[in-house]
Parts: sequence; structure tokens; C-alpha cells
Amino acid sequence: MEWKLFIPQLLVMAGVTYLIRMLPLAAIRGKVKSVFLQSFLYYVPYAVLGAMTFPAVFSATGSFPASLAGTMAALILGWMDKGLLTVAVAASVVSFLTGMFF
Amino acid sequence: MFADYKRGLWHGLPIALGYVSVSFAFGIQATSLGLTPLQAVLISFFNLTSAGQLAGLQLMAVGAPLVEMALTQLTINLRYALMSLSLSQKLDKSMTTVQRLLLSFANTDEVFAVASQQPGKLGKWYLYGLTNGPFVGWTLGTLLGALAGGILPGPVTDALGIAIYGMFIAIILPPFRKSREVRIVILIAVAMSCLFTLAPLFAFLSDGFRIILCAVAASALGAWLMPQPVKEDEEVQA
Repeated sequence: MEWKLFIPQLLVMAGVTYLIRMLPLAAIRGKVKSVFLQSFLYYVPYAVLGAMTFPAVFSATGSFPASLAGTMAALILGWMDKGLLTVAVAASVVSFLTGMFF
Repeated sequence: MFADYKRGLWHGLPIALGYVSVSFAFGIQATSLGLTPLQAVLISFFNLTSAGQLAGLQLMAVGAPLVEMALTQLTINLRYALMSLSLSQKLDKSMTTVQRLLLSFANTDEVFAVASQQPGKLGKWYLYGLTNGPFVGWTLGTLLGALAGGILPGPVTDALGIAIYGMFIAIILPPFRKSREVRIVILIAVAMSCLFTLAPLFAFLSDGFRIILCAVAASALGAWLMPQPVKEDEEVQA
């Protein structure tokens, strides 16, 4: 792609993305006082991760049976409190093996 | 301080490995759409985000107007504002303005997920450790994908696509088991997300916007019906 077309696109893309991440972190210095807001922020990580994972995980490998098998492996190992890397690798391996058959 | 850095680095390792595989796919796609490997790497180096980059790549390829690029990034990436807001409550005094300006750049979904689960306050050394690996992994994976797209067999890159989600599941399941309140909030968010994805009525929602909508609704409902007791700084997470 031509550089004189690429550079402006890159700058806009990176600039917008950075500002979204930076402004709340740089601007909010104090502790949020409201119990509602505190509780809201306490729940946010779980809600974000839940919404990002489901249903996207079922199409994460390009084949539904393989994705389903990988998801089941992750759910079982995660339930057993296994580490992040273990669960991530196991999900990939199980998906790969299932993908060879379906 | 060095111990904190090392701990962060260790926590970032699974993220970095997952990123190599995801950004590898991004590198392949970037070159197939006509970008040079250097251009692909520059995008990853300055953006450090998956969904936004993928959408941006497609806009670049068709020569979309800059306004469209800005609005697309805003919609897809607005969830980071929510995460930065949440993270702002967990930073210790070492996080000066300069540190915040630097470290906010690397506040990705996965970094946020891991950081938010650490007990107590977060300092700059831990956060540098946590973000360095993912940043290197993301940039390096893009380079490898752009240079050697066809080398890994398709089934392998396909299977690696689930690694990041496996990590998410491993993060939310233990608190899902232990806390009834967290369980309810997660189930609401997941149910909404599935509904919005599958129902044709909501097809106009972008992925980024759907996530914001689900997360805000489920968290607000949880905060309203099941407020968390105010805790001391030292024990933010139970």
C-alpha cells in the first residue's frame, strides 16, 4: 500500500485507540465514592469477559465441533482452577485433535 | 521492584503466547490485502488491539475516508474506556501521570483481565512486566505472519484461535464458582451477548458495541440489585 495513503490512516487509527484507553486512566485520580459505581466497576471485568467469550468462542477455530470440544476442555480445566496457560493450551490441543475428525 | 516486574512478566506470558498466534493471522491477512510487512508491523506496534486492527485493515484496503476509520475505531474500541475506568481504581502511588500515559497504551482486553484479578493495588513495575510480553508477542507475531504466512498449516492456526478464549474462561470460572453475585452477572452478560449475536434484529450491532452494551447492562443490574460492601484498599478483590 502506498505510504502517503497508509500513514494518515495509521495515525487516525492509532490516535483514536490510544485516546480511548488513555483519557480515563489519566483523568481519574481519586477513588470512586459511590457504592453503586464501586459495585459496577467490580462487576465490569467479569461481564466484559463473559460477553467477549460467548458466543464468539464457538466459532473461534473455524469448525463448530472443534470449537465446542475446545470450549468443553477449557470449562472443565478452568473449573478445576488450572492456570491460564494450561487451559489455553489444552483448549487449542483439543480443538486441533477434534478438528482432524470433524 | 524487580520481583514485581518478574511477577508481571510471568503473568503476561500466556497472553504473549496467545497474541503470537492471533497476530500471526493478522500479519497474513495484512500482506494478502496489499500491505508490506513493515506496514503490518507498524499497525500492530501502534495499536495493540485485535478487532480494531482487523476492521482498520479492511477500511485501509478499500481506501475508506479517515472519518470512517475514526468512527469505526471509536465504536469497536470504546470498551477500553470502561476497562481503563475500572483499572483507574486499582493503581497505587507509583502510577504518576507519565506512567499512566505510557501504560494505558497497553491496556488490552487480556492485560485488563489479568490485572483486574490481582489482589490489592497495582504498581508500575508489575504493569510494565505484565504488558511487555504481550506487546512483544503481538508485534513479533505480526512480523512472522507477514513474512511467512503460508508456513504454519491451516489446522494449526485455526486451533490456536481458541487459545485466547480458553484464557478468558480460566479467568472467570474460579470467581464464577465462588461468588453467587459474580455468577449472576456473568450469566446475564453471556445471555445478552448470545441473544444480540444470534437474533437478526440486532445484526446492526458491531462486536465492540455489543460487548459494551452487555457489560454495562449486566454490571449495572448487578450493582443495583447486589451492591458490593465497601472494602478497604488492601482487599479490593475477595
